[in-house]
Amino acid sequence: MATGSRWTDEQVEQIIGNLLRAGLIVATLVVVIGGAITLSRHGAQTPDYRIFHGEPAALRGVVGILHESEAGRGRGIVQLGLLLLLATPVLRVAFSVVAFVRQRDGLYVSITLIVLATLLYSIAGRH
Amino acid sequence: MTLLEFSAVVFAGSVTAGLLGSLTGLGGGIVVIPLLTLGFGVDIRYAAGAALVSVIATSSGAASSYVKEGYSNLRIGMFLEVATTSGAVAGALLAADLPESAISLLFGVVLLLSSALSLREPARGDDGAASDPIARRLRLDGTYPSPEGRIAYHVHGTKTAFGLMFVAGSLSGLLGIGSGAVKVLALDRAMGLPFKVSTTTSNFMIGVTAAASAGIYLARGYIDPGLAMPVMLGVLVGALVGARLLARVESRSLRVLFAAVIALLGLQMIHGGISGSPP
Repeated sequence: MATGSRWTDEQVEQIIGNLLRAGLIVATLVVVIGGAITLSRHGAQTPDYRIFHGEPAALRGVVGILHESEAGRGRGIVQLGLLLLLATPVLRVAFSVVAFVRQRDGLYVSITLIVLATLLYSIAGRH
Repeated sequence: MTLLEFSAVVFAGSVTAGLLGSLTGLGGGIVVIPLLTLGFGVDIRYAAGAALVSVIATSSGAASSYVKEGYSNLRIGMFLEVATTSGAVAGALLAADLPESAISLLFGVVLLLSSALSLREPARGDDGAASDPIARRLRLDGTYPSPEGRIAYHVHGTKTAFGLMFVAGSLSGLLGIGSGAVKVLALDRAMGLPFKVSTTTSNFMIGVTAAASAGIYLARGYIDPGLAMPVMLGVLVGALVGARLLARVESRSLRVLFAAVIALLGLQMIHGGISGSPP
């Protein structure tokens, strides 16, 4: 299998492992920064999670979250970190598509594309 | 309670949940939800949103080291993720139409079952049966590392496992959990995978499954940053500590104690679901 530019399963596993770790570290750092800002500004407020109101629209989608975090709002930055966290497994699947293409494995390219499409439907679709 | 105090207490509770989830092998999500609803009166939808986020974090953290060790089977994982992700999307979409009491009830039942599953002896692994035709077509057979070099194993029961994985995905989407117990059941009982291969492949799949539900949870406003932040960080810390302790907690009596705690939480959730009041 390890001929020319084709990746071996072991190489793919190494890259995926690094990808997951890097994604988790970056996401955690962003969440911690956003959390620190939120707590320093609003730490004295009283939270209430007893009744479900749902998040404001700005914290429900990619565009709104980017907007909120750009404005330096703590809750927006936490949500950006969570979005990065959510993107990590999606990136992992996207990378697997590339890996299977390089392994010339058409069957698994198709299988992986189905998984990727399902994930993108969940994240980008209107629900 | 101010936000600062609330965050600190929820963080501490989530560390405990992550620890318990890691030591029982059930995952932090399934333990942190009853903690939030029963302990802090949090609405189950907010609790599920925060728990799901913590599930992705622990899966990425654990899988990053497992994958490199070469135990997890990436082909099996990807093939079965077709079932778990579609189940997760279906479950997450359905969650919005179910009343809080129904979700509490279902959650309690899943907790009871998971508690029982956590006490099972690990499957003896490859039972020597031949691969089934689907597994052969999908080239699911694999090898895992051992001191004597890589050992080959065969895969069967692919159809059953695919069905169970759809169920695991739906539960994950409905309840905001990783459904690790059902996934391991599918992998080691139905497919006959060696123990370490099934646990690591299951963990590897949990992150992708949870991400499929999380997109919908986010769009529906279940993921609150103020709650998700301490829960995610706490469960992650607890899971990391738990992974280090794991080698030392082999005692049967401790496992029974943990399972009893989980079962008790399950009964409380069922009680809350039946009595109809927010637990």
